Amino acid sequence: MAWVNAIIQGILTGGLYALFACGLSLMFGVMKVVNLAHGDLAIFGGYIALGVIAVTHVPVLWSFLIVVPIMAALGYVMQRTMIQASLDRSVLTTLLVTFGLSVVIENGLLQFVNADSHSLGIGNSIITKSFSIGSQIQIAYLLVLIFAVAVAVLLGLQYFLSSSRYGRMIRAVADDREAAQLSGVDYRHVFGIAAAIAFGTVALAGIAYGMYSQFAPTTGTDTILLFAFAAVVIGGLGSLWGTLLGGVVLGVAQQLGAQINISYEVLAGYLVLLAVLVFRPQGLTARKAES
Amino acid sequence: MSTVTDTQVRSEEKIRVTRSRRNVAWTGLVAIVVIVVLALFPYIVYSGTTTIMVQAFIVLTMSSMWNLLAGYAGLVSVGQQAFVGLGAYFVLILAINGISPFAALPVAAVACGVASLPLWWLVSRLRSGYFAIATWVLAATVMLIIERFSSIGGGTGLPLPGFTGWDPTLLTAYTYWAGLAVTVLALAGTYLLLRGRLGLVLTAIRDDEVAARSSGARVGLARMLVFVVAAVGCGAAGAVLAISQLQVQPAAVFSVQWTAIMAFVVIIGGLGTIEGPILGTVVYMVLQQTLASYNAWYLIILGLVAIVVALFARRGLWGLVDDHLHVRLFPVGYWLWTPDSAGRRGSKGFGRRSRRAGRPA
Repeated sequence: MAWVNAIIQGILTGGLYALFACGLSLMFGVMKVVNLAHGDLAIFGGYIALGVIAVTHVPVLWSFLIVVPIMAALGYVMQRTMIQASLDRSVLTTLLVTFGLSVVIENGLLQFVNADSHSLGIGNSIITKSFSIGSQIQIAYLLVLIFAVAVAVLLGLQYFLSSSRYGRMIRAVADDREAAQLSGVDYRHVFGIAAAIAFGTVALAGIAYGMYSQFAPTTGTDTILLFAFAAVVIGGLGSLWGTLLGGVVLGVAQQLGAQINISYEVLAGYLVLLAVLVFRPQGLTARKAES
Repeated sequence: MSTVTDTQVRSEEKIRVTRSRRNVAWTGLVAIVVIVVLALFPYIVYSGTTTIMVQAFIVLTMSSMWNLLAGYAGLVSVGQQAFVGLGAYFVLILAINGISPFAALPVAAVACGVASLPLWWLVSRLRSGYFAIATWVLAATVMLIIERFSSIGGGTGLPLPGFTGWDPTLLTAYTYWAGLAVTVLALAGTYLLLRGRLGLVLTAIRDDEVAARSSGARVGLARMLVFVVAAVGCGAAGAVLAISQLQVQPAAVFSVQWTAIMAFVVIIGGLGTIEGPILGTVVYMVLQQTLASYNAWYLIILGLVAIVVALFARRGLWGLVDDHLHVRLFPVGYWLWTPDSAGRRGSKGFGRRSRRAGRPA
C-alpha cells in the first residue's frame, strides 16, 4: 500500500513539476531562449505573492489574480529589453545574461528579504486539508488542485496556440521568423507576448510551490529550474503533453526513491533524467531529437 | 597575367606573418619575472595577503577553464562546480588514506579528468542552454551521490587530515606555492593548447561550426578535449581550495556560486581571451575584498556588471585594452602584415567576435 501511495503522490506532484516546466518549454519553443533565471523568477513570483497577501489581505488562492498580471507585465518588459537585446547578439549571450539574472535575483532576495524559508497560506483549509482512500493513502486537496491547474494551463496553452490569433502568430514566428515578419508580424511584440505568457505560468508555479512547500531564495535553482528541466527533457523537448508526462515520471521516481530512503528522493529523479539522456535523448514522447 | 605575377612578387616581398603586432619577446621575460616575484611573496608579505592571493589563484584557475569552455568551445557549463567539488573530495579521500594533500593534488586533478569522461558522454548530445542545465543537474547529482558516503563526511563534510604537526606559516607558504603552480600551469596549458592545432579547430568551430565540420575538423573530439582539460583545471582548483580551507563541505565545494564567479570573471574580463580572466580576477578580488562585509552585495554587483558587459561590451575589459593598445600578452593568433596596411589581424584566434555581431539576424 505504501508503494501505491508513493505512486499516487508522485503522479500528483508531477502536475506541480509540469507547471514549473511550462514557461521554460514555451520560451525555448518560441524564442529558442533557455532561461536560466526561470527558477529564480518563480521564487520571485512567490515573494511577490507574499507581499501582495501581506498588503491586500487577499486569500492565498486568489493572489494569482494580482501576481500573474504583474509577472506577465515583467515578462513582456524583460523580453522587449534585456532578453531581446541578448537574442540579437547570440545564443551564448542569452545564456550569460539569464545566468547573470539568476544570480542577481537569488542574491537580491537574500540581501533585501532574508535567507529564511517562507510559505504561502498556512492555516487555509483547502491548502492543509486532505482526504483519505483506504487507511494508508492520504491525498492533499492542494496537490489535486495543483494538478488540475497544471492540466488546465496546458490545455489552455494548447488551445491558445492552435486556435487564437496571437497563438497563430506565435507559432508562425517560432517556425520562421523572417517569413512571419514579411507577412506583417512584428516578431519582437510576439516574443513579448510569449514571454508574458511564460512568466504568467512561472508566477503560477511560484505560488503553487509556495503553497506546497517552504521556499527560500535558493529554492529557485536548487529545485524549480532543475526539476523543470528534468520534466522537459524526460518528456521530450517542445511537447506540452510530454512535459506533463515528464513531470509525472519525475514525481513518481522521486516518491519511489523517497520510499526506499527519504534522502534518495531528489537523487532518484535525477538518475531517471540521466537514464533518459542516455537511452532516449529525444525524450519519452518526441519523435525526433532536437537539442 | 602581369598583375598576378606582380602580386606574387609583392606577396613574397612584403607580406609577413607574425604572432603579434608588437614584439612580445619581452612579455615572456616579464611573465618569468612576475612568476618569480609571486613565488617570493611568502617571504615578503604577511600571511593574510598570501591567503587572499590563494583565493585569487583558485578563481583565476577556474575562470581560465570556464573561459576555455565558453569562450573557445562554445560550451556554457553551469556544472563546473562538480569538478571543483570532486577535486576537493579526491584530496580528502587520499588524505584520509595517509597521502599528503600536496601529493594528492595532482592525482586529484587527473582523477577529475578521468571522471569527466563519462559525464561528457551524458551531456555531449546537448547544445547551448540544455547543455548548461544538464551540467548543472550533473553537478547536483554528483553532490547527492557523494553525500551518501558517510565515511567521507556524508552531508556535513570532514576536516582535511594530514597536516597535524605542520608549522602554520610553512603550511600557508606551501598552500600559496601550490596555488601559484596550479595557476601558472593552467594558464600555460591554455596558452599552448590554443596555439596548437586544437586552438585552430576551436576557432573554426566558433566562427562557423558547419563549415568546420565539413572541412574535416573533429568538432566532437575537440569539444571533449576541452571539457576534460577544464575538468582537470577545476579539479586542481578544488584541490587547492580543500587544502586552503582545511576542510571539505559538500554544500560549499559543490556550490553553483563557483560557476557564477567563473562566468562573471570571464565575462567582465573578456570572453575568449587568455588575458580576460586575469583582468576579471583582479576586478573580482577587489570587489570581493571591499564589499565582503556586505554579504551578497558583491555577487549582485558582479552579476549586474556581467549582464551589462555581456550586452554592451562583449569583449570585456580586455577587449577595451586590446582595441586601444593592440597588446597581446598571450598571442595565439597571427598578425598579417600587408604592404598597404600597418598590419591586419589574421584569421586565427584573436577573440574577435565582431564578425558574428555584424552578421544580419
